[in-house]
Amino acid sequence: MLIVLARRLANIVPTVVAVMALVFLLFSVLPGSFISGMNEDGRSTIDPAVMERMRKEMGLDDPLPERFAKYMINVATGDLGTSFRTREPVTKLIGVRVWPSLKLVFAAMLFAISVGVTLGFLAALRPGSLIDTAAMVGAISGLSLSQFWFGLMLMYLFALTLGWLPSFGYGDGGLRNLILPAVALGVGPMALLARTTRAAVLDVLNADFVRTARSKGMSERRVVEWHVLRNALVLVVTIVGLQFGSLMGQAVVVEKLFAWPGVGSLLVDSVFQRDMPAVQGCILMIVLFFLFINTLVDLAYVAIDPRIRYR
Amino acid sequence: MRKLAWLAAAAIAVIGAGAAEAQQTPRKGGVLRMTAPYSASFGSLDPHTTPRAQDDIVNKAIHRTLYNWDTAGNKLALELAKSVSTSADGLTHTFKLRDDVVFHNGRKMTADDLIWSYTRIMDGSKGYPAARYIRIIKGAVDVEKGQAKEISGLKKVDDFTLEMTLTDKVEPGYYFFAGSTAILPREEVEKGNFASAPVGLGPFKFKEHVPGSRVITEQFDKFYKAGKPYLDRYEILIMAEAAARDVAFRNKEIDTSILGPAQYVAYRADPQLSKGILEVAEMFTRAITFNHDAKPFDDKRVRQAINHAIDADLIVKRLVKDKAYRATSWLPPSSAAFDKSFKPYAFDQAKAKKLLTEAGFPNGFEWELTTSQNESWGLPIVEAIIPMLDKVGIKVKPKLVEATVLTEILMKGEHKSLISSNLTGPDSLATLRCFYSKTPRTACHYTNYNNPAFDNLLDAAAKEGDMAKRNDMLRQANNLLYEDAPVWFFNYNKAVLAYQPWVHGLQANPTEITHQYPEDIWVDASSPAK
Repeated sequence: MLIVLARRLANIVPTVVAVMALVFLLFSVLPGSFISGMNEDGRSTIDPAVMERMRKEMGLDDPLPERFAKYMINVATGDLGTSFRTREPVTKLIGVRVWPSLKLVFAAMLFAISVGVTLGFLAALRPGSLIDTAAMVGAISGLSLSQFWFGLMLMYLFALTLGWLPSFGYGDGGLRNLILPAVALGVGPMALLARTTRAAVLDVLNADFVRTARSKGMSERRVVEWHVLRNALVLVVTIVGLQFGSLMGQAVVVEKLFAWPGVGSLLVDSVFQRDMPAVQGCILMIVLFFLFINTLVDLAYVAIDPRIRYR
Repeated sequence: MRKLAWLAAAAIAVIGAGAAEAQQTPRKGGVLRMTAPYSASFGSLDPHTTPRAQDDIVNKAIHRTLYNWDTAGNKLALELAKSVSTSADGLTHTFKLRDDVVFHNGRKMTADDLIWSYTRIMDGSKGYPAARYIRIIKGAVDVEKGQAKEISGLKKVDDFTLEMTLTDKVEPGYYFFAGSTAILPREEVEKGNFASAPVGLGPFKFKEHVPGSRVITEQFDKFYKAGKPYLDRYEILIMAEAAARDVAFRNKEIDTSILGPAQYVAYRADPQLSKGILEVAEMFTRAITFNHDAKPFDDKRVRQAINHAIDADLIVKRLVKDKAYRATSWLPPSSAAFDKSFKPYAFDQAKAKKLLTEAGFPNGFEWELTTSQNESWGLPIVEAIIPMLDKVGIKVKPKLVEATVLTEILMKGEHKSLISSNLTGPDSLATLRCFYSKTPRTACHYTNYNNPAFDNLLDAAAKEGDMAKRNDMLRQANNLLYEDAPVWFFNYNKAVLAYQPWVHGLQANPTEITHQYPEDIWVDASSPAK
């Protein structure tokens, strides 16, 4: 377990460096700079001479490799720079957005796992049945749905028509405001998990060791609990890990639609305003979250499947 | 003319509605849930650091500037001063400040606060956006360049008298009403966390900011306007997505909503929702900016031909859903220098063809047009004009970029032509200076238009102290622009604010409809917000 953990942690540094280098490179070829963000609606609000001076002071005229090296050194000391837009430390900007983002992502995954895995499991145990057909139609629909459209439909149904839930906003951070965005964000992973679970369980149900267990007279319930569930779980955990990690980045659309104050909406605003330090900070946060979740998944493999431990 | 008549009728309707409202007695108490629709967050709650329309929605509640926009009078009005007198040379203005203005921390505002705020804005190392306004004060540029610590043109006569000497003979109101020139308390700013806990002079004091979600403000009981504000609480809720705003508005979760073209049609058609629509011709002119350095746009006949070849009325009606007024020239209808007798360029493709032939392009030419995705002045509009121009032989090649970078492209002169929305008010002289030959491209002279007659009119207007005469000169200059067609005149934005039936006192502010002075707003007892 410790070796797996050490290997994973060792991979984090080069991954982060590679991603941040890519972001630097992409931003250097994108048209526009922080000046774009300061000229809203054609209001030329900053004197060109001041802009030039600011560019120099911000080091924006330095060669790209030099800027990148400086940035990574600062990141290593916990300094993510100062936002061009708000003139506040990026750590502060992101700090207040992390908790709402985590709440949304965890709630979405909770919805996805509880509904998706259950549906997939039930469908696999009764292949060809009504529940199987309904679950798979639901899964395909869930995969095809646009988060934006589905979110709007949720708003229309649960806020406007039924009046059960608020249609937008963070409120007091409680469950009432969290449900609709979490379902809108979680429906895609839910559908994927339902299909994956069904396939994984069907695969294990047809395996030799399951046939052997049944032939030894083991009850169906015990076969499912002891053999099927555990073996199917490896694939399911992989999908959960991948989806979990990427949800933080995927939340952009849902956050904007529901006016949810997460990292995703901050990232979008920062990209549009060409606020490079904030963009880098948000991407760094999303990448670290993805790597953290995947490290947990790797550790979970070891716990679930003893064969992995001995490799 | 029909459009102008309609415009006048709309203005009368707004004034009429205002008069009807005035007969009602405002109710004290209640909550207003205003929406901030322009992005998914606020840039900063420190007003000096931000020029954004989104942030000014909050600024109007918490902060105050020397002047404000008087919507009823369609003019600038003194806000923090009781009176102003101007010297004979028109350069020195002496403000008698109000002596009853108190910051939210309980301290009285004095002339020192204005001097400190304007000096802070001129800190050249910070690049504060409002420096463009303060630069008009004598000596401000020296502070910006680091050559002086104090602005020599600002002199405190006593605690409530400020003498301000400007470098040009201008109406100071245009320079000191933007939210980014707000008067701030030095002691609070120097605490270091002002953007997180702003303290101002406005009718509402800061209570809470959930970044990316909302700002909550509460009534300030020492506000200097007697009996105001009416509301107990003024909430500004971020809602960048139009479709979500629509649901929330219909669900009565918000009290105001900015409408786009599609929603404008739906709301007008709805018997209930149509009763709560506030419209105003905002000071934004949508146009295709031709770069006169690039051939063939250096030829006036080519530019006129393009103005004749496009059926702008049809585009405004079908694509923009009448959520705009057809532009006749550069200045918007709310400008005192706007010439109501002018008609827009007529849609006349035969005339366009003739002008192109005279200019040496009988078979037309190929033309690159930079555009954003914007639904009202971006790619959909470009797609509509492509077939119209094709009929006179002009092939348009759209070049798609993000709206954010349009101004930067213009400033660098990287465009052959570019379609955008341009701030064209309230200062008509400053607006027209964007076509003055000596204005640098980076300052807004994106066309590189050069007409000595136009320059002379602007020079004369700048020297003229009589406002009526000045406006007449500006009107002539604006009409000259019509003739020379440095741009394709498309439309003036019609801003539309939907409001709930219990909301009263909203202002049809042509500088930006979301910039409400919230002390005038009140809600009746039918408001569901608690």
